[in-house]
Amino acid sequence: MFLNVSNFVEGVDKAFVFIFAICVFLLVGITAVMLYFIYRYNKKRNPKATQIHGSTSLELIWTIVPLIIVLVMFAYGWTGWKPMKEKAPDDAMQITAIGRMWSFGFEYPNGKYTDSLYVPQGKPVELDLVSEDVVHSFYIPAFRLKQDMVPGSDKDRMWFIANSPGSYDIFCAEYCGLRHSYMYSSVVVMPPDEFEQWYADTAAVQPETAGETEMSADAVAGLNILKKNGCNACHSMDGTRLVGPSYKGLMGKTETVMENGEEKQVEIDRDYIVRAIYHPDEQIVKGYQAGQMQSYEGKISEKEIDQIIEYFKTLQ
Amino acid sequence: MEPNYLEYKGKYKGIFAWIFSTDHKRIGLLYLYAVGAFFCVGALLGLLMKLELIAPDKTIMEAQVYNSVFTLHGITMIFLVVIPGLPAVFGNFLLPIMIGAKDVAFPKLNLLSWWVYVFGALLALSSQFMGSGPPDTGWTFYAPYSFQTQSNVLPAVMGAFVLGFSSILTGLNFIVTMHRMRAPGMGWFRMPLFPWTLYATAWIQLLATPIVGITLLMIVAERTLGIGFFDPAKGGDPILYQHLFWIYSHPAVYIMILPAMGAISEILPTFSKKPIFGYKALVFSSLAIALVGYFVWGHHMFTAGMSGTALYAFSFLTFLVAIPSAIKVFNWVSTLYKASIDMQTPFYWATSFIFVFMIGGFSGLVLGALATNVHVHDTAFVVAHFHFIVFGGVGYAFFGAIHYWFPKIWGRMYDVKWANFGWLTFFIGYLALYGPMFYLGLVGMPRRYFDYLPEYHGPNILSSLGAIVMIGGLAIIITNLIISSRRGETAKANPWGGSTLEWTVPSPPPLENFEEIPVVDKNPYEYK
Repeated sequence: MFLNVSNFVEGVDKAFVFIFAICVFLLVGITAVMLYFIYRYNKKRNPKATQIHGSTSLELIWTIVPLIIVLVMFAYGWTGWKPMKEKAPDDAMQITAIGRMWSFGFEYPNGKYTDSLYVPQGKPVELDLVSEDVVHSFYIPAFRLKQDMVPGSDKDRMWFIANSPGSYDIFCAEYCGLRHSYMYSSVVVMPPDEFEQWYADTAAVQPETAGETEMSADAVAGLNILKKNGCNACHSMDGTRLVGPSYKGLMGKTETVMENGEEKQVEIDRDYIVRAIYHPDEQIVKGYQAGQMQSYEGKISEKEIDQIIEYFKTLQ
Repeated sequence: MEPNYLEYKGKYKGIFAWIFSTDHKRIGLLYLYAVGAFFCVGALLGLLMKLELIAPDKTIMEAQVYNSVFTLHGITMIFLVVIPGLPAVFGNFLLPIMIGAKDVAFPKLNLLSWWVYVFGALLALSSQFMGSGPPDTGWTFYAPYSFQTQSNVLPAVMGAFVLGFSSILTGLNFIVTMHRMRAPGMGWFRMPLFPWTLYATAWIQLLATPIVGITLLMIVAERTLGIGFFDPAKGGDPILYQHLFWIYSHPAVYIMILPAMGAISEILPTFSKKPIFGYKALVFSSLAIALVGYFVWGHHMFTAGMSGTALYAFSFLTFLVAIPSAIKVFNWVSTLYKASIDMQTPFYWATSFIFVFMIGGFSGLVLGALATNVHVHDTAFVVAHFHFIVFGGVGYAFFGAIHYWFPKIWGRMYDVKWANFGWLTFFIGYLALYGPMFYLGLVGMPRRYFDYLPEYHGPNILSSLGAIVMIGGLAIIITNLIISSRRGETAKANPWGGSTLEWTVPSPPPLENFEEIPVVDKNPYEYK
C-alpha cells in the first residue's frame, strides 16, 4: 500500500492514515450534529428551550473515549518513530552532512565531497549532522525524516535505508536567515553497483565537474574548494547578485570598497582575494553588507586560494 | 441617574480623560483601540507575505524584507495582539461587571499595566525604524542566529520583556479581583465561565511570563556583554534557549485560547436560551488546560535532538492536554440540544469557532504524535495548525465577543446585514487561506520560506487569493463596527436576553457599574 521510499515511510504513513481517519470522521460527525441542532432547534421550530444542565454519564463517556483514542494515536506515533531513533545498523555507511548558511555539503569516508547526497539503494546510511554556524534542520520529505543540525552538538544523527532509485528533495526546515528558502539540495539514490562505480572513482570528486575538460586541473580543484566550503550559496558564477559579489569577471577589475567607513578604489588581485577570504569585513565591496561572512583562515590554505584564483580566471 | 462611563466627566479633559482614567471600562477600550490598531498592521503584513508567495521567485519584495515582515507579523500578532487580546480588552471591560464589582482590585495598577503595554509596544516597534535594519529572526528569536544577525534585535527583545510586565500585572490584578470582589452570594461555582477562564489564564500569566522575561534578558546579556548562555561559539547551548523560550511560549498559547473559550461559553447559552451544558466540566477543563499546558513545551522541539525518553514523555502529555479541549467541544455542541436558537451574528462566530477550532485541535494531534510530527514539523502544516488555533480560535472568539458585547460597550447596535456578510466573506477567505497550507506541509514545504520550488505553486495561489478575500471580510467587519459605534440604533440593557450580570446594568454601564452591589442567588445561566 505504501511506496516505501525509505524504511520509515510505512510506519510514519500508517500513523498519518490512522490519525487522519479518526480526525476526519470526528470532524465531519461533530459538525453534522452541530448543524443539525442549529437547524432543528432554531427558535422558529423550537420556540421553548428545554432547560438541561448537563449529564455526568455523558461527561464520563466523552472524557474516557477520547482518552482511549488519543492513547492509540500516541502509540501509532511512537511505533512509527521508534526505529528512527534506534541505533543505525553496524554496517551503515557513514557520511557527514554539513549545513551552513546557506547550503548543504556531504563528506564520504573515502574523502569524496559533494553538494548533493549520493547513497546506494537498499543499504543503511548514517549521517552525522553538523552545522558550521546556526541551527539548520535536515529534512527529506520523501523519507519522512527530519533532524536539526545544532552547532556545537556532535549528537545529531540520522539513518535510513533508501529503497527506490531516484532523486529526492532535501530542505533546510529551520529558519536560518536571508537565503533560508534557497538552502536545499537533493538525495540521489543509485542502484548498488552504479553507486560503487561512482564511489570508487575518487578522481572525479564532484559528479558535476566529472566531465569538465575545458578547465585546468587547478581550476577544477579551485571550483571544488568553493563548493566544499559552500561559497556558492552567496556568490554566483554568472554575475547574478546574491549576498556577496559574483565571481564573474572578478580578477583584475577595479572595485570601490569600504574600509573603516571610507570609500577606496582597489584592484582585485591575489592579495585582495586572500584578504577577502581571511578577513572578509576589512574591505567590503560598496553596496554589500558587512558581517555576513565568516573568516576562512585555517580552513582554506593559501595554496588552495591559488587554485580558486585559477578558477576565477576562467570566469571572464 | 449617574452618567454612563463614556460621558462621565472627571478631573481630566479630552484624551487625558481616557489615558489617565482608572475606570476598568475605559482601560478596556484603550486596550481595544491599541490592540485593534496593531491587529490591522499585523494583518496587512500577513497579506504582504501572502502576496509575495503567490508565485515562486521574487514577487513584490526582497528576501531580507520578507524575513523582516514575517518577524514583525509574528511579534505584533503574538505579543501585541493575541496575548493581551481577550483578557486585557474584554477581561478589563467585563470581569468586574460579570462578578458584580465596581472595578478591579487595583485600578491604578490596571492603568499602569496599559501604560507599560504601550511603552513595550513602542519599544518593540522602534526596532523597525532605528539601528541596523528591522529584526529578521522570526518571533522565536532562536539562538544562535539571533546573536549573529546584524539586524536590530535588541529593541524587539526588550519590548517583549517590558510587555511581559503588563501581562503579569494584569494577571495579578484579575486573580485578586476574583478572590476578593465577587458579589455577595456568588460562590466560585456561580461565577460565569468567561471570568473562570480569565482566572486560569491569569495564573499562567503570573507564573509563566517571568521565565520568558529572564530568557529575553539572557539574550540581551549575551548580545551586549558576550556572556555565552546560548551561543555554542561562546560555550553556550542553543537547545537551552529553545527550552526556556517554549516553557513560556507554549503556556502562552493557552493565555490566548482560554479566554476565547470563555467567550464562546458565554455566547452559546445566551442565544440558545438554556444553561451551558456541563458547567463544572467546563470549569475544570479550563483549570486542567492551564495545569497540563505547562508540561508540554517539549513538543516544539521533537527534532531538536532531545533524548528519546523526553520525546515520548512530551508526546504523551501533549495528547493528554487534548482531552480537556475535547470536553469543551462536546459540551458546547450539547448546549445546542433542545435549545431555542436565535441566529445572531455572535452565534455565527461562536459556531464557526467550534468548527475551525476542531480543525486546529485535530491537526494538533497529528503534530503531537512523534512519527507524524517529525515529517510535518517546521513545515507549512504547523503554520496552518497554529493559525487555526490562534487566529481561528482567538480571532473568531474575539469577533464573536465584540459583536456580542457591542451593545453593552457602546450602547448601540451594529448593522446586522453587514456584520453577517462580513462574517461569511471572512470565513470563506479564511478557509481558502489556511486550508491549502495543511496540504503544502504534508508534501514537504518548510515554513518561513521566501521562495519555493515550482511543485508547491498551485496551493500557494489558492492560499494567497484566500488572504485577499479574508482581508476584504475584515475590512467589512471593522468598518461596520466603527460606523455602528457612532450611528447604530440605541441598544437596550439586555438586547439578547442574556442571564449574566452585565446584562442587568444599563448599556453603556454607569461609571461604577452598579448603583447597588447585586446579591447573587442563582447560577449564571438560568432561563425561564
